[in-house]
Amino acid sequence: MRAENISKRFGAVVALRGVDLHLNRGEVLGLVGDNGAGKSTLVKILCGFLRPDSGRILVENQEVHFHSVKDARAYGIETVYQDLALIPQLTVYENLFLNREVTFLGRLALLSRRRMRALARQYLEDIKVNVPDLESEVEMLSGGQRQAIAVARATRQNAKILLLDEPLAAMGAKESALIMELVRDLSARGVSMIVIDHNYAHLFALCDRLNVIQQGKVTVNTRVADTSIEELTELMVSAFRRQLQAGQEALGEISA
Amino acid sequence: MAQAAVSAGDRSPALPAPPPQVGRGATPLSLLKLAVQRREATVIIVTVGSVIYFSLRASSFYSVANIIVMVQYIAPIMVIGAGEVLMLVLAEIDLSAGQVYLTSPWFTYWFWSGGVPLGLAIAIALVLSALIGLINGLFTVRLRVPSLIVTLGTLYAFFGLVLVKSNYTQEQMPGTTGDFGKIFGIGSWSTILWGLLLTAGIWVLLKRSRFGLHTTASGGNLLAAAEAGIPVWRVKVWCFVIIAFVSGYMGILDSIRIGSMNPGNSGLDIVLTPIVAAVIGGTALTGGRATVLGTVIGAIFLGILEDGLNIIGVQASWFYFFEGVIILVAMAANVQLSQLAAKLRR
Repeated sequence: MRAENISKRFGAVVALRGVDLHLNRGEVLGLVGDNGAGKSTLVKILCGFLRPDSGRILVENQEVHFHSVKDARAYGIETVYQDLALIPQLTVYENLFLNREVTFLGRLALLSRRRMRALARQYLEDIKVNVPDLESEVEMLSGGQRQAIAVARATRQNAKILLLDEPLAAMGAKESALIMELVRDLSARGVSMIVIDHNYAHLFALCDRLNVIQQGKVTVNTRVADTSIEELTELMVSAFRRQLQAGQEALGEISA
Repeated sequence: MAQAAVSAGDRSPALPAPPPQVGRGATPLSLLKLAVQRREATVIIVTVGSVIYFSLRASSFYSVANIIVMVQYIAPIMVIGAGEVLMLVLAEIDLSAGQVYLTSPWFTYWFWSGGVPLGLAIAIALVLSALIGLINGLFTVRLRVPSLIVTLGTLYAFFGLVLVKSNYTQEQMPGTTGDFGKIFGIGSWSTILWGLLLTAGIWVLLKRSRFGLHTTASGGNLLAAAEAGIPVWRVKVWCFVIIAFVSGYMGILDSIRIGSMNPGNSGLDIVLTPIVAAVIGGTALTGGRATVLGTVIGAIFLGILEDGLNIIGVQASWFYFFEGVIILVAMAANVQLSQLAAKLRR
């Protein structure tokens, strides 16, 4: 998968200014960047939820146009959103099958709940996700359980490319270990992945390659083996210092 | 009796069973648990209570003639109420449904008196009713006007249209004779049977179909539903069309049953009682949670109350007083119960 010169603005706010990014088959790519650098916007464009103002997306060297999340899914692109995109009032299995329900009677599209429950139970067992009850509303689950369900939903249908927007946010150590294992498992099965995370230790443990996004552009592209947590931290902190300094100077000019 | 009916319908309680309470009043506690778990429980208990009360006060309560009067009153409340459930689950509301109910027989009448065969005139009226729903939906979704305001607009627009076009005079509804009339409104059980059919249709749609799950999802978390790829705007517009269609259908049936149409009737008077039925039945105004069954029971309860007060000789307008009191009590109970339910989940 490859994205070329992707730009996106929301009104006066420029979120992405010409992002170039590529993801090789079977690779895990980490995206690093400050809040508001444009990481989530990029993910939402790659999964078909948002349309870019300019630039193009290629999958297996073919240009694609995603008009909806469904279009991207047809190419095996699945997403775990930062907000998880779960419906609190629906049950675990209903969320797991949301917009991919098992139905019968053709056009009438009546839900085959029994079948969905059985498939959900089987799949969650397969990937070793523990949920107290398939019938419980997602509202009643812990943060980690919700995260696991969001990941399970994205991986259930043989995803080729998985986009994970902060999959380990707000999780306890035990729960994040479980999700890490899940991600590694999928990677071993040949699923390509883009992972956003603020925790460098997670990224270094998971990824093959890292891209740093700063102010809507990819500024650094490096193999994990060629860098270190210290180097990356230094890079981000020095960028922050520069911004801070620029801000102080601007403030100085205003007050002077 | 109420308890048996509820637990039979209770497939699999979401809450883990609390440890058995020894030495505490078991009955009030289990009733409370029931009320917390099943949103319809409160209204079922109150309905059963009102049946017992009125049947003790008036021997004619159980007579066939009285039951027919009651179900004819209940039918449109139940159907429009079920339609409002589709709205409320989306965190929307349709105030125009009552006006669509009143306007569709006028559409029928105007086309029929213009020479169009009755069957075709009814079909056109139903299409026009659905179109009012489409307008409501598109204004809400595309122009982002809150549905409360949009439907208030269509309510007044069509109220005015009917007044002007009818020249402020009552008219006789066509189609009141023969088998046609019997099937479509005149027969004693006609409107309630149609009502049950339409309500069951909405129940299947909401609780058993893919469309219904998408509707609930859109009302529960609009962004998440969109992120999952659900065409949330299309789902919403369809719901506006469905409530308008069923309201228009019941309006035609009731006009055939009554035989005439009065242009002075206001749709606002008609739509509020179904909304009350939905709300006291346990459907939340905040979206994502809804019960068609509760709405049906809510409609039955309001029907029993209206009829019961009548036959025990209470002045008719007391009904409004009691309806008001019940809204206050039922809503307060529902809010308290859902807070309790949230506490029990933690």
